[in-house]
Amino acid sequence: MLEEIKIMIHNGKQFIPDVRTSKVSETFRGRPVITNAVVDEQKLVELCPTSAISSHPLSIDLKKCIFCGECAFRFPEKIKFTNDYKLSSNNPDNLIIKEGQTGPIMFDPSIVRNEIKKIFKSSLKLRQVCAGGDNSAEYELNASGNANFDMGRFGIEFVASPRHADGILVTGPISENMAEALEIAYKATPEPKLFILCGVDAISGGIFADSKALNRNFLKKVKVDLYIPGNPPHPLNIINGLLNFIN
Amino acid sequence: MNNLCKIKNNNSISLNSIPVYKYSDFFSKVVDLMGDDNKHIVNYFAIPDKNIFRFIALIADDSNSDIIILSHILEENDKKELAALTPKINALHIFEREIFENYGINFIGHPWLKPVRFPKNRYNKELQINDYPFYKINSSELHEVGVGPIHAGIIEPGHFRFICNGEDVLHLEIQLGWQHRGIEKLMLEKKQLLQRTILSESIAGDTSVGHSLAFAQVMETLAQIEVSEQLKIERSLALELERIAIHVGDISALCTDVAYNLGANIFGILRTGIINFTQSWCGNRLGKSMIRVGGINLPFTEKLKISLLDTIAKFEFQFLELAHHTYRLPSVENRFDNIGTVSENQIRKIGAVGMAARMANVKRDIRQSHPFAGFFKYPIEPVVLPKGDVFSRFLLRRKEIKSSIAWIKNMFEKENFDTPSEKPKTSISLMPQMFAVSLTEGWRGEICHCAVTDQNGEICFYKIKDPSMHNWKALELSLRNLEISDFPINNKSYNLSYCGFDL
Repeated sequence: MLEEIKIMIHNGKQFIPDVRTSKVSETFRGRPVITNAVVDEQKLVELCPTSAISSHPLSIDLKKCIFCGECAFRFPEKIKFTNDYKLSSNNPDNLIIKEGQTGPIMFDPSIVRNEIKKIFKSSLKLRQVCAGGDNSAEYELNASGNANFDMGRFGIEFVASPRHADGILVTGPISENMAEALEIAYKATPEPKLFILCGVDAISGGIFADSKALNRNFLKKVKVDLYIPGNPPHPLNIINGLLNFIN
Repeated sequence: MNNLCKIKNNNSISLNSIPVYKYSDFFSKVVDLMGDDNKHIVNYFAIPDKNIFRFIALIADDSNSDIIILSHILEENDKKELAALTPKINALHIFEREIFENYGINFIGHPWLKPVRFPKNRYNKELQINDYPFYKINSSELHEVGVGPIHAGIIEPGHFRFICNGEDVLHLEIQLGWQHRGIEKLMLEKKQLLQRTILSESIAGDTSVGHSLAFAQVMETLAQIEVSEQLKIERSLALELERIAIHVGDISALCTDVAYNLGANIFGILRTGIINFTQSWCGNRLGKSMIRVGGINLPFTEKLKISLLDTIAKFEFQFLELAHHTYRLPSVENRFDNIGTVSENQIRKIGAVGMAARMANVKRDIRQSHPFAGFFKYPIEPVVLPKGDVFSRFLLRRKEIKSSIAWIKNMFEKENFDTPSEKPKTSISLMPQMFAVSLTEGWRGEICHCAVTDQNGEICFYKIKDPSMHNWKALELSLRNLEISDFPINNKSYNLSYCGFDL
């Protein structure tokens, strides 16, 4: 007992007091900024491994970006990744970063359904379904609940059964072999429910987008309530994204 | 046996210079070689070329760093069947199954010729993932428990089928494939070097460094790129940081499963310190974008060295203090000791690698037996434990963390990082008609990447093996005659990869 108290004292307080303002290291690749510098745009577009960069005007689509940073390494005068980890939005248009745009990525409360606003305002229980994920987004989701990030303090938890859940959170590009299981889990979740895509693989397929081993047809049938970009998303990105639904 | 074709790790060889044996000769050579305890099977696969199949078996000789390559061919007009090696060499079971599933080649006498992962381009497309033929026992005394593919918790999908007598598990069969994303095919379809590198980072996100390093080394040998000694050391450092982080996370997870909250929380916090350091180095907590072919975008620096030494000092003090307490708590020890034991003999038979081998008295560690990157200059002595139970797997992680920290500290005493390592290559040209192999020791164990180039130097075949390919069998064996409630601690104690297996 005494030994355990000693261990606790040595460990100190480790939780992040304010998840909205906490700073992460400068090298972390979060929200990109595109300057007005003149570069060979065609080269930049071709460089991107997931075709997240478009020209006229130059923009980066965070639904496709895997944050490898190659564009910033090769064209540092044109693209810079800031350490702003708040990348989530419910509006896919807000996830396209345009030349000269330096403001934060916005969540649009006006398009949140009324029943969601009313019912989930003080707690959120989600069922995560991994559908071909590489275990990195899953790793960060688990980290979101650890003693550092402590998502549980906001009433956000991951539950075992879809029947107990307020929504489904998907990781992974949705492999054909998991497509049916995902749909069953979604249907088993009571209404009203949230549907969240977590990580670039889930949002657009990421590097796997062209694979024939995927089956993303299910996404045509459901409305997405939140996109959490990243490869994998940082725990602070996940928590801040989910907090948008909670007062 | 002296005229065998051998190469060293991270080397390539002309495909035409690999001798092709008659199948009966291939068969007896494999059986002879595998009779030696120093040798283990690394990989066995078939390279399709129209309707001709070129089979390659790789056997590692742990006593002299050789990788023995054996080959045989099935011609177009040959009957698509071969005598199974599995009854004699059990470790080949999964590889013969894989070849059967991919190309419909029948292995006669294989006791268990079942699907492996239901890949998109499988031979029998009629068979769906829900049709997996589970082992059955017709008895009114017994019952079956099916779990998955979706599990309770944030974890990858897989299906576990238990046959139980009351609470006791007689048999466990694990069906995988749910995570299949077609990576090996994408490796050929995606032409950009960077795309392929990123694919290799995504084989198993918890082993980004281990897999992307194997990929980079395969490309470098095919492109005849010799990277600097300093870069090699930086890569080994990244690999050891990955090992420390995942091991301490797994220790935390095991504490969670036996409801030891102090351990669960503080070991979890300790992992954060390590992965946050990795983020401060390469911008990603899991080491994605760390390894690039021919160089590194964000080289290690003296400043990072000071910061890492500080991180490690804090980590080590708290880790040792907590581990000293946790590992002798009766409530923890009781749950892990003598649970889920697999014998050395079983491990040798199934050909387990990495941690799953070392916890049962089988010394298999590529860092020592087939060194790569910085492990030539700074060797590492593998930790081996005798017992093969959950506690051994729990203890192995603690000891390997200490050993990795010692490796880093020793290396830091001699190395300085004043001049940055070289920048990555943006495009490379590969030697034509070559076969290349790279082995690395990820935290789970031996990772193997193989590539074949065509006459234009284009990659025409790419093969990935995660250590989980060998090791899932060990989990199945661990469960025999255990209570079903002991499954979670056993599963966690191996922490095998679903996506690395499913590809």
